[in-house]
This record gives sequence, C-alpha cells and structure tokens, in this order.
Amino acid sequence: MTNAVVSLALLGLSLGIMLGFAAKYLKVEAGALVQEIIAMMPGSQCGQCGFAGCNGAAEALVNSQAPITLCPPGGRVLAQALADKLGISTDLSGMEDQVLKVAFVNENLCIGCTKCFKRCPTDALVGANRQIHVVIKDACTGCGKCVEVCPTESLSLRNVPVTLETWHWPKPQPLLLAS
Amino acid sequence: MGMMKLFRIRGGVHPQGRKSLSAGEAIRDLPLPELLHIPLQQHIGQAAEAVVKKGELVKKGQLIAIAQGRISSPIHAPTSGEIVALGRYVAPHPSALPGRTITLRPDGLDAWAELPAPLDPFTCEPAAIAKRVAECGVVGMGGATFPSAVKLDLGQRYTLHTLIINGAECEPYLTCDDRLMREQAADVIDGVRIISRALGVKRAVIAVEGNKPEAIDALTHAAQGLDDVIIQKVPARYPMGSEKHLTQTLLGKETPARGLTAEIGAIVHNVATALAVRDAVRLGRPLISRIVTVSGEAMHNPGNFRVAIGTPIQHLIDFVGGFKVDPERLLLGGPMMGQPLADLRAPIVKGTNGVLALAGLHAQTSGQQGPCIRCASCVDACPCGLVPLEMAGAIRKENMDMATKSGLMDCIGCGSCAYVCPSNIPLVQYFNYAKGKITQTQRAEHKQKETKRLAEARSERMERIAQAKREAMAKRKAEQARQKAEAVTHEDKVSA
Repeated sequence: MTNAVVSLALLGLSLGIMLGFAAKYLKVEAGALVQEIIAMMPGSQCGQCGFAGCNGAAEALVNSQAPITLCPPGGRVLAQALADKLGISTDLSGMEDQVLKVAFVNENLCIGCTKCFKRCPTDALVGANRQIHVVIKDACTGCGKCVEVCPTESLSLRNVPVTLETWHWPKPQPLLLAS
Repeated sequence: MGMMKLFRIRGGVHPQGRKSLSAGEAIRDLPLPELLHIPLQQHIGQAAEAVVKKGELVKKGQLIAIAQGRISSPIHAPTSGEIVALGRYVAPHPSALPGRTITLRPDGLDAWAELPAPLDPFTCEPAAIAKRVAECGVVGMGGATFPSAVKLDLGQRYTLHTLIINGAECEPYLTCDDRLMREQAADVIDGVRIISRALGVKRAVIAVEGNKPEAIDALTHAAQGLDDVIIQKVPARYPMGSEKHLTQTLLGKETPARGLTAEIGAIVHNVATALAVRDAVRLGRPLISRIVTVSGEAMHNPGNFRVAIGTPIQHLIDFVGGFKVDPERLLLGGPMMGQPLADLRAPIVKGTNGVLALAGLHAQTSGQQGPCIRCASCVDACPCGLVPLEMAGAIRKENMDMATKSGLMDCIGCGSCAYVCPSNIPLVQYFNYAKGKITQTQRAEHKQKETKRLAEARSERMERIAQAKREAMAKRKAEQARQKAEAVTHEDKVSA
C-alpha cells in the first residue's frame, strides 16, 4: 500500500515537474505565424485592406477573418504566396481584373501644402512648402492616403496606363464547344 | 562554294516559300515621306535619349539620340531637315501603343552631316571597329535588333573560332537579304571580313538556304581567292535562320539552354548587319535606312525597297500602289514569326525586314479552332525539342511554373508547332501570353520588394526623427532644471 502511494506520488510529481518545464521552455510563440505573415506583407501600413495596418491584417489572415486577396499593393503575387503559406488553395483568376492605380497631382490645384507627402507610406510624393508636389509613380502603391488629406482635391487616383514596356499578348480565347 | 559537313537539326517545317513574288525585283530607293517618325526604342536594351530640340535643323547622318547604358544604341537623322516634334507616336508593335518618337520634316536637300573619317579595318585596332559600329547605331538587322557592337566585343570573353553570317532568310515571302546578297555581294563580303577582324576569328561561313542560287553564285564569285570566307549552302527548312539552329547545322554542336552561341565558339550576324558594319567602318555612315520587302498576294507590285528609318508604312504601301484586295492579314516581318500590323501609320524601324499583306489561301492562319487531339505533330515539329501541347495545357490552366519547367523559356517562338497543328490551336499566342505574364509577375514582385524597402526606410526615418525630438526635449528640460536650480541657489544666497 505504502509502495503504491509513494510510487504514484513520485510519478505524479515528476510528470508535473516535466510538464512545468515543458510549458516554460518548449513554449510555442503564439504569434510566430503572424510574425511570418507580417514579414511577407508590404509593410506600408496603407490600410487599403480595411485593417489598421499590416500587423492587423496578418492577424486577421491567420484567424481566417480576411481573404488572402486583401492586399492591393501586394497584388496577385502576395496572394499566391499567402495561399502557399497558409495552405489555402484558391482561384486567383478573379484578381486579374484589378487595375493598379497610382496617385496623380493636378498641378493647377496643388498649393504646396505638404500634407500629402507627410502621409505617404512609401515616400512616393515629393515636394516642398508652396511648391507643386510630384508623384513618383514607380513608388506609389495607390493607397489613397494622400487623396484623403489633400485640401484642394488636386490629388486623385488614376489607373496605371499600359505602355509598350508593360503590354503583353492576351490569353487566347478558350475553345467553346457547341453543347 | 563551301564543302562543310552539315548536321541535321530536329523538327522544323517546310512552309511554301512564296519568295518569287518579290525575289525578281531589284532594290529601289523609296522617296522620302513628308514626315519621318523615328522611335527612340528600335533595339533591344535601354531606349536612346534625344539630344535635339524642337525646331532644330539637322543634317543627314547627324546624331539625334544617344545610347543609354551598355546595351543600347544611338539614333541618327535619316535625312536633313527640321525636328518638328519630340513626343509620342504609334509604334510598330502589335499593341499599336504610342512610344517616344522624334519627328523630322525632311527639307528635300538630303545634305550629309560631317561623318567620322573612314577606318582601315585591317590596320586599326580591332576594338576601334566595335567602337565605330556602336557609334553608328548598328543593330542586328535580321529582326532581333540586338546592338551589334556588344556582339563584336565577345571575342574578349569567349574563345571564338567561327563567324557565321546568317543569309538563310528562312521566312516565307521575305527576299530583302536575298536581293542584298545578289546586288552587293562584294560589300557584304567586305563587311564579313571586317567583323572577322573585330572578333579575331580565322573563319567566316556565310550560310544561305539552297532556294537562293543566285545569291550563292554572286557571293561565291565575290569571295573568289579569299581563304577566310566560306559560302555554304544549307537546306531550305524553317527555322534555319534561328541562330542556334544555324550554328548547330554548321558545327554540329548545340548551344546550351538559354546560353549564347559564343559559348560554343561561334558568333552569328545577319548579312544586312554585315553590310551596315561595312558602311559604318569604310564610309563612317550610320544606320539610317534599311532594305524592306513589300509583298503578299494582296499587295500591288511587290518588291524590295531601301527605306529611310521612320518612314510611315502607309507611305511605302501607297508607293507600291496600295492593296489589290482587302488584306486578310497585315504583317510586319514574315508570316511565321512576324507581328500583326495594327496601324499603318507606324514607322519602319531598324528591325523591319518586311511588310506583308496576305489574302486568300495563303492568309489562313487558324481556321476553326478544335480541341487538342494529342497527335504530337507539334512535338515532331518543335526544333527545340519541347512539348508544345503540354506547355499550352499548363498555360491554359494558368500554371506558369509547370510551363516554365516544361521549357517555356527555351521556346524561340518560331511558330512551327502552330503551323502543323491540325486543330489550329494558337500555340504561339499561348507562349507569348505566358512569357508576358511571367515578366509581369516578376515586375510585380520587384515592386512589392521595393514598397517594403521604402516603407521600412520611412518608418526608420520617422523613428529617428522622433528619437531626435525626444533627446532635444530631454536636453531642454535638463537645461531648464539646471537654470531653475541655479536661480534657487542664487536666491538662497541673496536671502542669506
């Protein structure tokens, strides 16, 4: 009887200690996946996804509260990467139609207030006090933060035009079999 | 006449030549149009930058746009006249989108600018030849438009033994190289020997398809007594004019995948390029005009014309008398690899070898498209040893990774597969679409990386500014505290 009590008590104690250590040293970082997703996001905190920033969006993605196609600056490339990361198989062909936009300054209206470039997350707007501001199209992600703050409505978002450098052949029309 | 042992290439097709429409017509000079539209991007690589202003008067052969970076090419005025615009104009491109263009109004005098002094290619430094060729804006005139001077320098990086001059002209209808070889054989051979000298090779082979006996005769006659130039007849089989396949036919060696022919000791130049090199070196003349074949069943009076760069295609078509019937296919280049011509206002550029208007039986591209019956005709026809039907299948499902793994990037876009396909599947368009799509994805990836970098740089800067502000604030507070303390001690002293 004593033997049984002692051995069970020892067993319970040692297992308890092991569990305690395991909880302390083998603890899984709760946000490890979130951190990885944050590293994949553009990090411009533009808010086009509807979340406060890229961190919020990453958390929502991990908790399946947002679609992987949520990030316009990341576009199709990021959506594909997220799908691979999160093991989601998805049809991205619908994302194709999304036309990229960039900010455009109407130089007749710009008063050089400097509000817009202070808000730009990627430094895509350049200007100085009482000088007309300019958009560096290659750096602009089309988040529209500048449009919100512009006091004279000189800023707007415009579609990125197709040029000789970016044009490519369209996909051939698939065969339509008579039914 | 050469007696080289030839090697068979795999695949290939035998389209109807249709060269007799224009092969008998001697090269004629096309009169200048009212306006020349000279695009800044006429070559592979960085576009040139204009160095003339609106309203400036230029002479024929004067530099009007300079090369940008290593893979680029300058552009010269095709005639004398006034620069009337620097802007955008429809490009000779299937999209017909506008590209940056210099517009010149010829003054009719056609007065030459002062040209660089002629070089003696056999006494000057070989590097001087490449330098002159670069200055004169010579690019590959077979259609690829790669800056020629870059290829003339390859002798320094690779051990070369053979210069191959591509006179195959395997595309149906086109006869501009054929006429050039017939009419200016001696100049072509001079150009070939100049290129040999620049590369430091002992042997040059001019390869001409057997369907051009007159050209072979003319070249053989002109090369009599020269032991460093071989005129070699090659079988008429499309795509013999692909540089990798021509090299394989002559040397029996395959170019490594996505590599250069220089890696197996050979450099390939087109016959028209050889002539342009000769004009640049011997006469100091820049590349300002080229020979263009105008042909097709729908075209009145097919022929070959020496056309000033920048001439609108409409002007050329008007000159031959327009269309006999409504053309069913309008093409820039040959019917196998040529691009659809979307706008007749587009100009002739350095790489334009033909303007074709096809009609009737010969215009049929793809009839009713049918399902793939997996007959593997395309596999037999592919000169690169690829499996077009699998690649197209992957692309249809947007699986670009699989298409790339199946060798999409080794496809030369020759169109042999689509030519033989009994189901009329537009295979080449699938491949072009996929190549464009992959480039687009790479561009998007690059932009995303840049966005991340910019965003990080900005937040770091903001943090730095905030830190500096905090420090300044702390300093000011410390200063105030010190002053206060001082004041207190002072008061204490006074009250004491």
